[in-house]
Amino acid sequence: MGLDFTILPKYLDIVLLGALWTIAITLGAAVVSFFGGIFLAVIALYAPLLVRWPFRAFSFLFLGTPLLLQLFLIYFGLVQIGIDVPAFVAGVIGLGLHFAVYNSELFQTSILAVDKGQIEAARTLGLSRMQALRKVVVPQAVRAVIPPIGNNMIALLKDSALVSVIGVSELTLSAQRAIGSTYRPFEFYVLVAAIYYIINLGMEAVLRRVERRIQASK
Amino acid sequence: MSAQTPFIDIRHAKKSFGNLEVLKDINLQVERGQIVAIIGPSGSGKSTLLRAINDLDPLTGGEIWLEDKQINKDLPHRQYERHINEVRQEIGMVFQHFNLFPHLKVRENVTLAPRMLKGLSEAEANALAEEQLTKVGMIERIDYYPSQLSGGQKQRVAIARALAMKPKVMLFDEATSALDPELVEEVNLVMKQLAEEHMTMIIVTHEMGFAESVCDRVLFMDQGVVVEEGSPEVIFRNPGNERTRNFLRKHLEAQRA
Repeated sequence: MGLDFTILPKYLDIVLLGALWTIAITLGAAVVSFFGGIFLAVIALYAPLLVRWPFRAFSFLFLGTPLLLQLFLIYFGLVQIGIDVPAFVAGVIGLGLHFAVYNSELFQTSILAVDKGQIEAARTLGLSRMQALRKVVVPQAVRAVIPPIGNNMIALLKDSALVSVIGVSELTLSAQRAIGSTYRPFEFYVLVAAIYYIINLGMEAVLRRVERRIQASK
Repeated sequence: MSAQTPFIDIRHAKKSFGNLEVLKDINLQVERGQIVAIIGPSGSGKSTLLRAINDLDPLTGGEIWLEDKQINKDLPHRQYERHINEVRQEIGMVFQHFNLFPHLKVRENVTLAPRMLKGLSEAEANALAEEQLTKVGMIERIDYYPSQLSGGQKQRVAIARALAMKPKVMLFDEATSALDPELVEEVNLVMKQLAEEHMTMIIVTHEMGFAESVCDRVLFMDQGVVVEEGSPEVIFRNPGNERTRNFLRKHLEAQRA
């Protein structure tokens, strides 16, 4: 059986719909991982011990276990205790929290790296510690780590393929379905790889624009 | 000295880091509208004293009063935070390294605190920023980021930022020490202007010429104590203390070299 790429156009709409789901999951999870990462970083650095420890345990859980397992737990496991999340939401939360933990490590480092004079200047104006963090320290810390956070977002895009296992019809699962009815794995996997790559290029272009825009405000 | 209680009253201020005593029983009274310079070698405790006034470096002993309010009051943590945040709104501070907020434009640097703490609307805050920036000659740069300004310009914006809170007193912590020599004058001019408006100021400085021409009183500190205190004429022309004379002579030689 030779290769036959002419089969692809017939299934293009299914695959492109899958690509849209992949983009939606990636964007949703990216937002969760970004703000979740900031939240976790601030907790880890400034919250009282009693608050910090449960969050640290949570972070270990997400860092130390496979993402695949986390997705299973959220989607199939939580139903048993009465929490029924739709597959898409489970995917966004699972991916988002997983990467929030990674992002939190980056944010913690960059928050600590913000010059002490910044907090002092804010405090001498009369801002409280929280106000100074929110308006002065965190915005600067975020700007400083946009490139590595961007790398995490691209890793997130690639790991979004895992969400196929809980039945979200994203790019990878769409391809598998097309393969199921055509028995043409090579053609479809090559097509899907190309689409992931294109989405990836789009993300990198957006990131470069963001980096350029914040250049003056560093 | 008038009979009224001093505007700023520092009583028996002590500060130590472990065994190291940085401030040893300092007393300083400043009247409203007075301009006081604190000079002395590095490590003399002058910056620590200044930073104690708004509690950036809390004292380990003694009291600091601003009018009828004790600044370093003994309160439970939460209450103390609320108290000190209020007190700090009345005390402007200017730092050696400017400490402008790099992620905010000049305008937002000035409006941030008034908007958050005084509930000013955007329009009110903008008017305030324009007023303060005009005063320091930085109005044309209102939409620039700090990274696009020279050191002298940054420091003038930092002064405008502090003034926007309408403080009762301004503290200057070596405000011109990090500047290239040709940029010092523009900052000095702004400070002179404040002096003419009778702003109460406490200035830690290495600029003896400036201290002499602007200040009402000069304190010479060394090793955590006020060695000598008096009018600029006395301190700079006819100091009574040997250590003051030594310091001023060395300073002069360093400047000539």
